[in-house]
Amino acid sequence: MSFYKTLIDGEEGLFKSETLTPMQKLTLRFVVVGLIYFGFVVIEGMLMRLYEVKPLPFITEPQFFAILTAHPLVGIFGSTYSIVCGAFLFLVPFLMKKPLWSIKLGNWTFILIAGGTFIFWFSGFVSHYAPLYTLYWPLPADFSQFSVWGGTFFIVGIAIVMVGTALFIINIFKTITFTPEGWEKQRTGALLSSALGITGFNNLFRKNKKEHLVPLPVAAVARGSVDMALNTITILFTGVLILVYMVGSILGFDLKETAIDALLYKNWFWWGLDLIADGLVLIFVAGTWYLLAMLITNKPLFMQNIARAALLVELVVSWTVWSHHLLSDQAQPGILKVVSGEMVTAFELISQGLAFFITLATLWSARPLKMTNPLKFLLGGLLGFALAVPAGIMQADVGLNRILHNTQWVVGPHVHVAILVGLTMTLYSAIYILFPILTNGAKMHSQKLVNIHFWCHLIGGIGMGAFMGMAGLNGMLRRSLYVNGEFNIYMILAAVSGTLILIGFLSFFYNVIMSVGLKGVLGIFTPAKIKTADLIPAK
Amino acid sequence: MVDSKMVLTGQTIAYTIYCIVIILVVAWFAWKVTHKGTDKGVKPVLFYSFVGFLTVLGVSLHIITYNTIPWAKVDLNRSDYNPDKTFNITVKNHQFILPSEKMVINVNDKVLFDVKSEDLTYGFGLFRQDNSMLFQMQVVPGHRNDVIWEFDRPGVYSIRSTEYSGPEGVFMIVKDAVEVVSENAAK
Repeated sequence: MSFYKTLIDGEEGLFKSETLTPMQKLTLRFVVVGLIYFGFVVIEGMLMRLYEVKPLPFITEPQFFAILTAHPLVGIFGSTYSIVCGAFLFLVPFLMKKPLWSIKLGNWTFILIAGGTFIFWFSGFVSHYAPLYTLYWPLPADFSQFSVWGGTFFIVGIAIVMVGTALFIINIFKTITFTPEGWEKQRTGALLSSALGITGFNNLFRKNKKEHLVPLPVAAVARGSVDMALNTITILFTGVLILVYMVGSILGFDLKETAIDALLYKNWFWWGLDLIADGLVLIFVAGTWYLLAMLITNKPLFMQNIARAALLVELVVSWTVWSHHLLSDQAQPGILKVVSGEMVTAFELISQGLAFFITLATLWSARPLKMTNPLKFLLGGLLGFALAVPAGIMQADVGLNRILHNTQWVVGPHVHVAILVGLTMTLYSAIYILFPILTNGAKMHSQKLVNIHFWCHLIGGIGMGAFMGMAGLNGMLRRSLYVNGEFNIYMILAAVSGTLILIGFLSFFYNVIMSVGLKGVLGIFTPAKIKTADLIPAK
Repeated sequence: MVDSKMVLTGQTIAYTIYCIVIILVVAWFAWKVTHKGTDKGVKPVLFYSFVGFLTVLGVSLHIITYNTIPWAKVDLNRSDYNPDKTFNITVKNHQFILPSEKMVINVNDKVLFDVKSEDLTYGFGLFRQDNSMLFQMQVVPGHRNDVIWEFDRPGVYSIRSTEYSGPEGVFMIVKDAVEVVSENAAK
């Protein structure tokens, strides 16, 4: 096939969007938009890397900090949430062997997450709104440096994403528990108990153990969704709170620090926010690893009862670890620092180590395996978390935090390696394994490009984390600028690593376009011709 | 007292060794899992040993640091220590207001820095001449933000806000604000 024909029709013309079910289209829309937002994040990341080396003439300083504010939020909500929601809205009914409760609600989730992300990104782009410290929205709210109107639209965007997230959670729990038309009545309570781990917990004290009605990966999605729900409430509440400050400012009242205690608020915010980083991410990732290992090997999961129990423990742990973000806050009670900040946080080393071991042991049970694309990306994802979790445990220490807090160490070896290598490579593994199922047998255009994607992303991700980490150990702060080139050597090397990630992403994006064709990409966004609740077309 | 630079050197060595080992383990696994082997699967005893190892590691890390990093104990029990010197610092409108242009400290003095914010949340950190960090803490409005530090060698340090507080926060630097001198020099 000629280049032009492949570009238009896809590899061997195998992908035909008119054969897709509404469910397949929905999932693919999420994935495409999630990848476009990932492209935003990579480009923004590269711009910031270059700016850190030498300020770029076309970016002003306030613009730099606006990019810095939008960058993690677009990555988390626009990219990761999109891909995760799309994948789980397909996988939960797929594993439960029933249709999704509401495709309409699924479409609304897609529209709200994609639209909300664009609104907050755009308002930051236009107004240079940048008060957030990563995701932390500090109080007292500062209106001397930032536009109130920019902030209002920023909050509206975030709130829209949160509404989309809430619809996703409802859809997931309803899908687990509802009775499809013509089916025997489903035991809603028993299904919910199994999904949330109550059955497993009660089994500890029963002679006759009850069977698990919900597959293990679905239990992971349900338990991660609990954290997602709590986080949604926290962020929505915070958004309203900041809006109150903004309305006060518009009306001429300065609420400043008198309205709400800054430390109490900080505890509340980090409690809620940690439900993402130390909650749903770890639970969703562990569940995805288990599912991928079972799909790759076609074997049951190693120690699956323990894996199921560990998911519940992880959920409870995620509610009690927030204090590791406040180890440098001297007014924070010492007991919270030691128990929540250090000890309970260290438990994540155990829970994540367990998931790591169980996944490897399951793969091991089926050797020799072929080094397929899902397997190699899964191993990359496992390596990412194996590198990033201990880095996080080290900074969650009263002694070490005194010299690591807010340095590039935190965002390098911990955050960027966890997200770029651990989480993103796990998501890529899921995309590669779902690709033929979601496209009714389309073929990847080039294996060579898949390999370039893999190596560039892996080396680039680890490299970026390592060089940022070295800069952090030498005193470089995060969210700061060093205009005299104090840390240029590390920033140049991190930029080179970032370039590798960009090359990897472009290879992947080009490969996907050439696999499904431009006609196919556009076809994903047109209404489905097949009217069915089935996930994939009936044979 | 062990300098914070030495603690970071130890951490760098330990984490680098760990990274090399875990990358090699995953690479070895990737090679082995794609080749035929003699054994059937992983024995549960290996799994339980691994869990035991992680538990010991997770708990012992903090016990070790508490007993080896000198400022950890001081930090958690600040009220039990009598500082040799106290500096009261105020932060307002993205500016540090210091008690004197240069804060002079004698070697081996335990010094209390008490920093108060009158508007936003800031950070307070001391940095060496080569830009590496000596220590830092958060400065939250409406609360007491204090840290005790023992200076065991002469040196000159700059103050820098270690918390993002908008673009203006980037310039919250007071060059060479702290000087640690040996007692003889002070006389």
